[in-house]
Amino acid sequence: MPRTRIPVVAGWFTEDTAEEGFRLLGTRCSGCRSVHFPREDDHCRNPGCPGGELEEVALSKRGTVWSCTDGRYRPPPPYVSDPAVPWVPYTLVAVELAAERMVVLGQAAPGVGVGDLPVGSVVEVVPGVLEEDPAADTVHTTWHWRPVAVEALS
Amino acid sequence: MSGDVAVLGAGMHPWGKWGRSFVSYGRAAARAALDDAGIGWPEVGSVVGAQTVRGGYPGYVAGATFARALGWQGARVTSVYAACASGAQAINTARAQILAGMADVVLVVGADAAPKGFFAPAGGDRPDDPDWLRFRVLGATNPAYFGLYARRRMALYGDSPDDFALVKVKNAAAGALNAYARYRTPVTAEEVAASAVVADPLRLLDICATSDGAAALVLCGMDFARRRGVADPVRIRAVSTVTPTFPRTVLDLPDIGTDSAVAVEPSPESFRASIARSAYEEAGIGPEDLSLAEVYDLSTALELEWYEDIGLCGPGEGAKLVREGVTALGGRIPVNASGGLASFGEAVPAQAIAQVCELTWQLRGQAGDRQVPGARVGITANQGLFGHGSAVVAVR
Ligand SMILES: [Zn+2]
Repeated sequence: MPRTRIPVVAGWFTEDTAEEGFRLLGTRCSGCRSVHFPREDDHCRNPGCPGGELEEVALSKRGTVWSCTDGRYRPPPPYVSDPAVPWVPYTLVAVELAAERMVVLGQAAPGVGVGDLPVGSVVEVVPGVLEEDPAADTVHTTWHWRPVAVEALS
Repeated sequence: MSGDVAVLGAGMHPWGKWGRSFVSYGRAAARAALDDAGIGWPEVGSVVGAQTVRGGYPGYVAGATFARALGWQGARVTSVYAACASGAQAINTARAQILAGMADVVLVVGADAAPKGFFAPAGGDRPDDPDWLRFRVLGATNPAYFGLYARRRMALYGDSPDDFALVKVKNAAAGALNAYARYRTPVTAEEVAASAVVADPLRLLDICATSDGAAALVLCGMDFARRRGVADPVRIRAVSTVTPTFPRTVLDLPDIGTDSAVAVEPSPESFRASIARSAYEEAGIGPEDLSLAEVYDLSTALELEWYEDIGLCGPGEGAKLVREGVTALGGRIPVNASGGLASFGEAVPAQAIAQVCELTWQLRGQAGDRQVPGARVGITANQGLFGHGSAVVAVR
């Protein structure tokens, strides 16, 4: 039996899609076209907005690195990690999405370091695992950013 | 200027890890400020406390907590919270009360007892709280954001980790001369480079610690100061507490995404720059008038951004200033003569008040071995979570 896959936050990204179809989900205001991620379902944050409906929208799959860093020390709760297991640093990357004109943060895919993510390089969003809970037989899923191989850029 | 208020007294409890309650530190700083002002506690008409989120209920009602610790005497009370800018909002509240004629003498106090290690969000499952979410979903600590900004500077401007280390060396040298600082040992660039990486490219000695500490000010109207025989007090001439403008395009703590700039063209001016500009405009001065500045060096790299944001140099020129010693003690425009957060560590609600304490002592010529000769005009600058920031201009 595969473990039950639960998104770390419901509604922030597509579920049950193949990797090619995986996207972050935000909301877009029908009044001013502003995009919100994390999704804003109550109100548009543009003070000049004439008013509109907030509709779910899939964000661009690809963006460029705005900046990146890593976490060499275990973050405090509510980040979930087993203190008995040695800490494995992960990379955080801020990605600029051209169509949405915004920057979105995320973890990089496992094994991707800051050296793989020069500012301005192209990355794409892929499904990832945040943590597994063997006792509850569940997996918390998330999104990861992964460099796009240069030859795949055509 | 009619909008001035006088700084009658300044006081601090030394920063450190003392293992006591924030109330104890705050009371000590308040007593020191009252002594410095020559004001008896019963004369104080209003107490403004900067709140802490780490002291339980007494922290949320900080103004009343300090008033009770000093002994109830009937003063008006206010408590304010604005993340790292809490202390400046407390100062601004006191100023507004004085200028409105609501109180002659106002005591402003901020104090904190900080945990070891990373700041963490309040407990419980709160998926509607961006501060909870950034830890739960990304493990994004405060230093992670500082690391992002630092790498962005390296890519945009060619700053290097060696430049960042120079900020620590400079601030540690100043902090060594400050009895209120927690870290009072000079630091070399080699020691910075040998410290552990926390959030690449930033190392342990690039990032400010979290500290216990307290700072307090006694503020009053100019007429009251004159009646007390203080003809030429340090004056607070401006307090900026502006908010950002939409769309905010720089990723800020604790956000996971910026605003979208699809509908509205972003302002060419950064939020931090707007904080300082608003203070300059209110004070009727510019960066060329400054004798010194106290800026919020949560990281070494962030101090370089502040040089640009408060107008000491153009975008991308911050590293050049620290390389040339312009911002060191003895330089053209000393920045963080107190030693800054690098030497203090952050005691959140006290920090913006401590910045003004340093300006006060510098403008009075009481800063001892770290005195900026002939200091007449100073600015503080500060930024915190959730769209908060502050700048205070003090003159003499
Ligand atoms: Zn809208």
